[in-house]
Amino acid sequence: MAFLEIDGLRKRFGQVEILKGINLELEKGGFLVLVGPSGCGKSTLLNTIAGLETITSGEIRIDGRAVNDLHPSKRDIAMVFQSYALYPNMTVAGNISFGMEMRGVPADERQKAIDKVAKVLQIGHLLNRKPSQLSGGQRQRVAMGRALVRDPKLFLFDEPLSNLDAKLRVDMRIEIKRLHATTGTTIVYVTHDQIEAMTLATKIAVMRDGEVQQFGTPAEIYNNPANVFVADFMGSPAMNLIPATIGGNGGDLAVVLDREARQPISLPMANAPAGLSAFKGKPVIFGVRPEALTDPEGAERNASHIATADCHIEVVEPAGSDTFAVTNLGGKGVVARLRADANIQPGTNTPLAFNLTKAVFFDPATESRIR
Amino acid sequence: MSTVATPARSRQDSGGMNVKIVNRVVIYGLLALFALFYLMPLFVMLVTSFKTMDEIQNGNMLSLPKAPTFDPWLKAWGETCVGLTCAGIKGYFWNSIKMVVPAVIISTLLGALNGYVLTKWRFRGHTLVFGLMLFACFIPFQSVLLPMATILGSLGRFGVTLQNAVGTSFGLGNPTLNLVFVHVVYGIGFTTLFFRNYYEAFPTELVKAAQVDGASFFQIFRRIMLPNSMPIFVVTVIYQFTNIWNDFLFASAYAGTGDAMPMTVALNNVVNTSTGVVEYNVNMAAAMIAALPTLLVYVLAGRYFVRGLMAGAVKG
Repeated sequence: MAFLEIDGLRKRFGQVEILKGINLELEKGGFLVLVGPSGCGKSTLLNTIAGLETITSGEIRIDGRAVNDLHPSKRDIAMVFQSYALYPNMTVAGNISFGMEMRGVPADERQKAIDKVAKVLQIGHLLNRKPSQLSGGQRQRVAMGRALVRDPKLFLFDEPLSNLDAKLRVDMRIEIKRLHATTGTTIVYVTHDQIEAMTLATKIAVMRDGEVQQFGTPAEIYNNPANVFVADFMGSPAMNLIPATIGGNGGDLAVVLDREARQPISLPMANAPAGLSAFKGKPVIFGVRPEALTDPEGAERNASHIATADCHIEVVEPAGSDTFAVTNLGGKGVVARLRADANIQPGTNTPLAFNLTKAVFFDPATESRIR
Repeated sequence: MSTVATPARSRQDSGGMNVKIVNRVVIYGLLALFALFYLMPLFVMLVTSFKTMDEIQNGNMLSLPKAPTFDPWLKAWGETCVGLTCAGIKGYFWNSIKMVVPAVIISTLLGALNGYVLTKWRFRGHTLVFGLMLFACFIPFQSVLLPMATILGSLGRFGVTLQNAVGTSFGLGNPTLNLVFVHVVYGIGFTTLFFRNYYEAFPTELVKAAQVDGASFFQIFRRIMLPNSMPIFVVTVIYQFTNIWNDFLFASAYAGTGDAMPMTVALNNVVNTSTGVVEYNVNMAAAMIAALPTLLVYVLAGRYFVRGLMAGAVKG
């Protein structure tokens, strides 16, 4: 039995259904990231787990205990808010110990707990300051300290890094990951940043419009997206989703890509998914990640199935670690990821290698994966 | 910021600078004139209250006192006649204090509680409730005089009944208590408006965090909301104190005679009591004494009117 279980959860505000039957589960010590664009219901879902929002139907169980009707303070959870929500009238120590004070923990025990958490987060020298005297990163630590001190069954993070600058965000991300590794706590984490999701999670739930689009490990989400939305949302730069048709002779299938004012490219498919033969002669969406579309020298050595085609390079973007090249296929700009020192000029024709073992196909009508 | 940028811009264009100076002179000249006009009565009151009667009758109204004397103030405080009793206005001053302080505290706290519920514990129809409370701000004083008199009369009779039955009226029918009640009821609309608008911008995540921490409805109010409401508290207290202290209509209608008479009514009676010559200096001193508390509240409370109290609560 999983540690956190969410069964058929629905949430309605008046006539609007915000969450449309969510089913998720997380093992003890797991790190679940809820990711999706704004308004997808991920924060509402987190608030229902916390008990800050009521649910219309369904059940939430933490460690086997249904918590639907429990007050937030009785659910054995702790929450880190997007704005940190530190009480401005209290010192850092007061902020951290407020929850214990409310539960009637004696003063000397509170002091011990504060000292312990302050040591873990290295905020001992800040304990007597007010939140207004702290920097963004320090406030973030205090907010985590307030959650840690409770030693709860479940940690809830609501976009905790979105108010930090880019550099600090990376540092704090690593810190959260380290904290999770050392304390072994179970965490549910909301973000709209797919990189945070990929780097932190043991399980990702990609959400859109109150529905879970795909639920799986980061590798599953990245390599085997269930539909066009997940493929497009996860990964940076995003996966190339190219309108294509399926051609070929007899049993051999090929992907046909239109090019501007030139012959279409035909890429033979040796290991096409079984469902693809039904689309012979029909349009499909051909999905290939930028790193699976590269210069022939940079192509993965052990990839079993690589096809090379000449492409017209429109734009070249050197990014330091890689060079991105934009070409036009099927009427869309397509990004290829090349080695940093790849010799490539805009306006020329260059052969690009398609790693077809990593290619995925979607039905343009339903936008779901062809398997 | 704009004042920093001004010199650089005017140096480029000296014609524009002349226009600017003329504008400034006109604006500040007008402001000074208005200020003078507005402060003139206060000046006359102040100088008159320090003059002897001889000097008032023979001298210029605007001239400074030749031999300043504090006697009119002492007389106003302790000896002047209000109606038939000649014991000064000090008793009525305390009457007002006894009435204003509880009325201000109760109406402000109730307003804070209302604002807290209307923003952080919203219920179905909260906008309607708030709209109705807002409507209370626009009800003219005069229209509630008679209905309120009826209600206070009933409360008084109930007080008499209680007195007979259990030996105490719990203060029902007491004019001071009546005035406190009237001012609290009338003030709730305003105090609720102030606090609701302040708490509307108060980060709801703080309330949620306190809920997760296990704080109850009133614990959140007392430990989180109230300590972070200083600016609006000061505004509300200044507003309520000034209004209730200066109120004449309710005071004269419900406590217009007798020992519970508040300051404003007493001041009116001082001026209306004629025992031969009109003692302008004493009247002016009494009026100044009546105005002092509101002035004091501005000076004292204004110090706590600090901005940026919420800095550091949220965001990085």
